[in-house]
Amino acid sequence: MPPVTFRITRGDKASTEFKDYTTNAGEGMVVLDCVHQIQSESAPDLACRWNCKAGKCGSCSAEVNGQPRLMCMTRMDMIDTSKPVTIEPLKAFPLIRDLVTDVSWNYKVKKSIKPFKPRPPDAPDGTWRMDQKDVDRVQEFRKCIECFLCQDVCHVLRDHHKHPEFAGPRHFVYAAALEMHPLDTEDRLGQMKNEGGIGYCNITKCCTKVCPEHITITDNAIIPLKERVVDEFYDPLTRLFRMFKGK
Amino acid sequence: MMNSYETHEHDVIVIGAGGAGLRAAIEASAAGCTVALICKSLLGKAHTVMAEGGMAAAMANVDDRDGWKIHFADTMRGGQYLNNWRMAELHAQQAPDRVKELEAWGAVFDRTKDGRILQRNFGGHRYPRLAHVGDRTGLEMIRTLQDHGIHQGIDAYMEMTAHTLLQESGPGSRVTGVFGYDRELGRFRVWKAKSIVLATGGIGRAYAVTSNSWEYTGDGQALAYRAGADLLDMEFVQFHPTGMVWPPSVKGILVTEGVRGEGGVLRNKEGRRFMFDDIPDNYKNQTAKDEEEGWRYVTGDKNANRPPELLTRDHVARCINREVQAGRGSPHGGVFLDIAWIKERVPNAEAHIKKKLPSMYHQFMQLANLDITQVPMEVGPTTHYVMGGVRVDGETQMSTVPGLFAAGEVAAGLHGANRLGGNSLSDLVVFGKIAGEHAAKHAKSNGAARINDDQVEEAARRALAPFEKGAKGENPYIIQHDLQETMQANVGIVRTENAMVRALEDIQKLRARAANVGVPGNREYNPGWHTAIDLANLLCVAEAVTRSALDRPESRGAQFREDFPDKSDECSKFNILTRAAPDGSMRVVRQPVTPVRDDLKHIIEDQKK
Repeated sequence: MPPVTFRITRGDKASTEFKDYTTNAGEGMVVLDCVHQIQSESAPDLACRWNCKAGKCGSCSAEVNGQPRLMCMTRMDMIDTSKPVTIEPLKAFPLIRDLVTDVSWNYKVKKSIKPFKPRPPDAPDGTWRMDQKDVDRVQEFRKCIECFLCQDVCHVLRDHHKHPEFAGPRHFVYAAALEMHPLDTEDRLGQMKNEGGIGYCNITKCCTKVCPEHITITDNAIIPLKERVVDEFYDPLTRLFRMFKGK
Repeated sequence: MMNSYETHEHDVIVIGAGGAGLRAAIEASAAGCTVALICKSLLGKAHTVMAEGGMAAAMANVDDRDGWKIHFADTMRGGQYLNNWRMAELHAQQAPDRVKELEAWGAVFDRTKDGRILQRNFGGHRYPRLAHVGDRTGLEMIRTLQDHGIHQGIDAYMEMTAHTLLQESGPGSRVTGVFGYDRELGRFRVWKAKSIVLATGGIGRAYAVTSNSWEYTGDGQALAYRAGADLLDMEFVQFHPTGMVWPPSVKGILVTEGVRGEGGVLRNKEGRRFMFDDIPDNYKNQTAKDEEEGWRYVTGDKNANRPPELLTRDHVARCINREVQAGRGSPHGGVFLDIAWIKERVPNAEAHIKKKLPSMYHQFMQLANLDITQVPMEVGPTTHYVMGGVRVDGETQMSTVPGLFAAGEVAAGLHGANRLGGNSLSDLVVFGKIAGEHAAKHAKSNGAARINDDQVEEAARRALAPFEKGAKGENPYIIQHDLQETMQANVGIVRTENAMVRALEDIQKLRARAANVGVPGNREYNPGWHTAIDLANLLCVAEAVTRSALDRPESRGAQFREDFPDKSDECSKFNILTRAAPDGSMRVVRQPVTPVRDDLKHIIEDQKK
């Protein structure tokens, strides 16, 4: 492969600019390898998050040629290198420096969601019984590596900046995993409707498209949650019932 | 000039937020202590997420012949009897409760037909023993602990690095806190505490080919060593037999042992299942005599013995190395690992493989453009785990420094000369809990600590030195790279005295260069600076590994000495300690092995039959 030019965001919240770096991309290299090479060759202070380099920790999220991607799982031979390859930080979160953004808001949202609350154990030794077919869908949600690419691409956050009133796809997946957990007894539908703002989601499925774990976020998590919210809060019979119970 | 710093005060500080750190923090918090959890990365990103195969616990859900005694004996045999037997006992006894506890906190393990937690086969474990979730068990563990932990009142300090342990009166005295910095702004911080738990993981970044992430720079081992604690068994570095070998940029990334547990076989370029050619005597009567029996074992036949691919990691790694050296390897310098072949035996093999090994399927599709349901993978050994680490008391996990505890990979003892797959995840939660409990006890029985400002000032001065040299100084990335190359070449899977002496010379030269390391830019999120700081830790553990390996003239477990290819009775009688001498040099001490308690000795003998 001939040398490749990368156009990388440099700077902090005060101001940013693109800077060009050229490096050689060897066989099988991924974008993150090139960033590391640039760090060791010409920009030791280029800020970038990464950990596992195997698509398992979800740290190295960035926008490569405008596409939200894990840099460690984006092979150079997948992208057009005839023009400079742009690498930018996630857009839905405040910039810290270069490719690193402040994702702490996500941790706050998660903490606000009611935790797992299991039913009493099924067996005297304190264990439970669950069929594999009943945990399959929860296991899908639990594949999430918290890369926040779904949050990044969601227009409710990215364009409309509804951060305080909208939990975002990651946290709907988290809530769905809890709500559909066969052992869980907690009710988070009110939270999803009110603080979570699930109504803002208009099912454009952008989140599903970018999920590196191929979680069917919209169809399997968000839509069923929306349905449950509707059943609980907008179903006429339930409303009538609630009126009589004085709730 | 005094450097400014922010001060935090807690009863207990936990450094590291992988499985062990999170579990320790949860326990100390439950005991009523205020807890700080300091982690180098964001919460939930620690190396535990990389663990794939599962968590060993003798729950006997799949084979009711299993029990803690057999797990204990398996662990001791795997560790070639250099283990801390008390830790091996506690681990085997408590692991099932820790698995159940994870389920109670929301973990969703794969299920048996009758709805209990499913367990799978793994190397060196006599019965199916690994509770798992496909091939992403580590993610399940860390997420469960994280999601439970955030509601326990723990203060998490994310993207902050511990630089120096503060002590009452110099090395060996009681710890009083931690000096460190945050990555975002590069500000210094001091955390005051009554007890400190190290849970910082391993040292894999000292090698060129590793399955470990950037964080694994031996921080905890080096912090403890500099604080006057003993390191133990540092020569025992596990090379996982199956890492990716191609393309070059992914070399070292782990291919789970679960592939072999599900029926994957190793072949050389001649198509031979070479693992049948070399079965150690002490495993002969528990190993399949032919391919047929091996297949019956992985499909759950209780009367069959395991295929030789599931022998211990040290042995499998050496066999692979031998095939490659003999010119019988695969095109890119590994051997073939084939799971696709099971389509001859099972219907819907493709879907089955994707269900059981989803991460492996995606990893190879995305990084190597290879479909493991159709063709064999190419694999070779990769630096994976250090059995050695901080020497701790088996009952409490306290190091030889008062108030300083260690749990998980950073601690030594449980695994002896070689760790069994699956014993790491259980290690994290069993000893994370014990360390948290005793750190809390220690905190409650000791008064508030006083911070020594001179020590803080000295640490700050060292931390900032790379900026004084600036861009004119030595490049930290290149020093790190050179260290990795020398360790890989000279203190790797096959060792000799000559090569290791060369490595020691290299380490001394690199240390001199590291003293001149320089970085441009400022303190805000500057990875060059972080790499420069981590160098001191890497050099410390690299030296400890090399000196310990030199002082063990035999081949045992993970250590293979070409100049001493056999086990020696003499060497079975001691563990090796490394500690700092008063003049700053590294001292190596042979510590006699503590005789195994009689009842445990009987268990070991019974299981040999």
